[in-house]
Amino acid sequence: MLNITNLKASVEGKEILKGINLEVKPGEVHAIMGPNGSGKSTLASVLAGREEYNVDGGEVSFNGDDLLELSPEDRAREGVFLAFQYPIEIPGVSTTNFLKTAVNQVREYRGLEALDAVSFLSIMKEKMKLVEIDQSLLSRPLNEGFSGGEKKRNEIFQMAMLAPTLAILDETDSGLDIDALRIVANGVNKLKSEKNATIVVTHYQRLLDYIVPDFVHVLYNGKIVKSGTKELAMELEEKGYDWIKEEANSVV
Amino acid sequence: MLYISTLFEISLNSRMSKDEQILEDFTSKEYEHGWTVDLEVDEAPKGLNESVIRLISSKKNEPDWLLEWRLKAYRLWLTMEEPDWANINYHKVNYQDIIYYSAPKKKKELKSLDEVDPELRDTFKRLGISLEEQKRLTGVAVDAVIDSVSVATTFKEKLGELGIIFCSFSEAVQEHPDLIQKHLGTVVPVNDNYFSALNSAVFTDGSFCYIPKGVRCPMELSTYFRINAANTGQFERTLIVADEDSYVSYLEGCTAPQRDENQLHAAVVEIKAATKAEVKYSTVQNWYPGDKNGLGGIYNFVTKRGICAGDHSKISWTQVETGSAVTWKYPSCILKGDYSVGEFYSVAVTNNYQQADTGTKMIHIGKNTKSRIVSKGVSAGKSQNSYRGQVKVMKRAENARNFSQCDSLLMGNDCGAHTFPYIDIENSSAQVEHEATTSKIGEDQIFYCNQRGIDTEKAIALIVNGYCKEVLNQLPMEFAVEAQKLLALTLEGSVG
Repeated sequence: MLNITNLKASVEGKEILKGINLEVKPGEVHAIMGPNGSGKSTLASVLAGREEYNVDGGEVSFNGDDLLELSPEDRAREGVFLAFQYPIEIPGVSTTNFLKTAVNQVREYRGLEALDAVSFLSIMKEKMKLVEIDQSLLSRPLNEGFSGGEKKRNEIFQMAMLAPTLAILDETDSGLDIDALRIVANGVNKLKSEKNATIVVTHYQRLLDYIVPDFVHVLYNGKIVKSGTKELAMELEEKGYDWIKEEANSVV
Repeated sequence: MLYISTLFEISLNSRMSKDEQILEDFTSKEYEHGWTVDLEVDEAPKGLNESVIRLISSKKNEPDWLLEWRLKAYRLWLTMEEPDWANINYHKVNYQDIIYYSAPKKKKELKSLDEVDPELRDTFKRLGISLEEQKRLTGVAVDAVIDSVSVATTFKEKLGELGIIFCSFSEAVQEHPDLIQKHLGTVVPVNDNYFSALNSAVFTDGSFCYIPKGVRCPMELSTYFRINAANTGQFERTLIVADEDSYVSYLEGCTAPQRDENQLHAAVVEIKAATKAEVKYSTVQNWYPGDKNGLGGIYNFVTKRGICAGDHSKISWTQVETGSAVTWKYPSCILKGDYSVGEFYSVAVTNNYQQADTGTKMIHIGKNTKSRIVSKGVSAGKSQNSYRGQVKVMKRAENARNFSQCDSLLMGNDCGAHTFPYIDIENSSAQVEHEATTSKIGEDQIFYCNQRGIDTEKAIALIVNGYCKEVLNQLPMEFAVEAQKLLALTLEGSVG
């Protein structure tokens, strides 16, 4: 589904990703871990197509398409979803209105008819249960005055509505208390299928107690320096990142 | 949903269908109403003098007092200077180069819509104002004004049963001369300002509305203005009188075809609200803004004022200004009655080389009067957008309250937003609050939308509409839908 080959990227002339290789297949959950500043969020942003990031080399193919050639909105329409670490506020625009615009633009791209208000609402009702989100939250201006937990839950709700083939969760656990974490993780788990894949970007292992990854990759200094299974995450939790850093540095 | 086909909607639909093309090359966007219709125009010679005014007055078969009133206004106007205090720059108008009267030729007296000049009907169709359809579908009575002569009025009988008068100004002069004579110029005096004096001298038509005591007008009253002939100024006059304990919601929409020369539009709107009366006046202005290099476009120099003459009366102005090359407009409320309320909700959007200097005046005279001002400016391109507002609390106005909120949204780095609030308090019991914010549309907001599959044009539309929501919510629903689309179109191509 997703094939990243030797991806290099920089922001404002500073090289951040220094050759990432990663393959994600349908049905898989990959966790990307790593210390602060290792390039985790950059990777998420580059995949979503954020303009401030320059791609300096490498390739990313997504279901056969050259992902890097697509505009951010076309990537989304092709099925890439990014749950933001810091969801953006849009005053005066309700989540409902925002999502209706999004869902219908995606449908238009895929040659489907726009949903009318009634069918949209019924889909919304169904998805609301997944993330235990309240309708009143959805009629409030998007992310404005939302608590940290509400914002993240809203991100997962949007993910449910857009039903992506590749979901990238960027530090979705940050700022969540344990209950909110459980709800968010449950939502993600319920959305999992044989056809879609999830990349979980996180600093801590605790989210992975709830969203169990098939693979864990450690990103350090712009490269994936170690890959493994869930046990690797446990090891990181226990020992911290220092031993990884040492290992990586000694290789260089 | 009940949908009203107004000229805005038509302009929008025809544009929306070209979405793809627009996205490819949106900066070359041309004004969609840029066509003219060849009606057999009956017009005055260019220029302004007493004989032109006499011609207008006699064409309209006006009583002597009105001719005298016009001449008095003209003589006053000659002594006045064009104001230059607004934050706008434009080539001064050559008032001798304007045709002051132009009327579609009436072939005979019209008994029904079927008798309307087919070409004119076609104009209406192109504007999307199919009167029969409006009748059937909507319950909105439309008094359509093309080049200043009202052509057809609907729903008059139905309104007539309630004693409501809603007709063209010319007709009102003939049928209700007493009401006109009693109220004309009482809210905006002839000598109020340069443009109101000019309008008083040369106005050719407009609308008149009277709501009798205790009547709640059961439908939105709606009027369309459109400038058609080349080099004609549009000088319309609107007078709305709401008698005791009555209510009316009045809508006005404007558009003008494309011309290279600047056309002048100097209208006067007067509103009177008696005790416990409420008038809600909404307008969506879409005059031709000029092309992307700032060539052509309408000069919109308009005087709008309402007086809450009686206790517990209320006047509410809502405006969505997206058109015109230059806008100079300050819908105001004189809060004379005790406990009277004035409101001003405004969205002004400028793009390319448009300039807008707009705002309001709230004059608190009565006790316990309240006013609320919500102004949302959006500037893009190389445009300049100014809010200018005055809150004046007179000596006698015990416990007057005002709340003002003036927000500016900037898109790009070449536009300007300015706020000029004037607060003038003569009574220490007054409570006046003023809030102002300036913000830019963030790239992160646009990226967030993009990441959900929303393209940049739609993202801007969404963000701007969200920003203007508080004002758009004040509009009657069908108008709000169109206004939303209009905002989006005005801003097309404003963010790369």
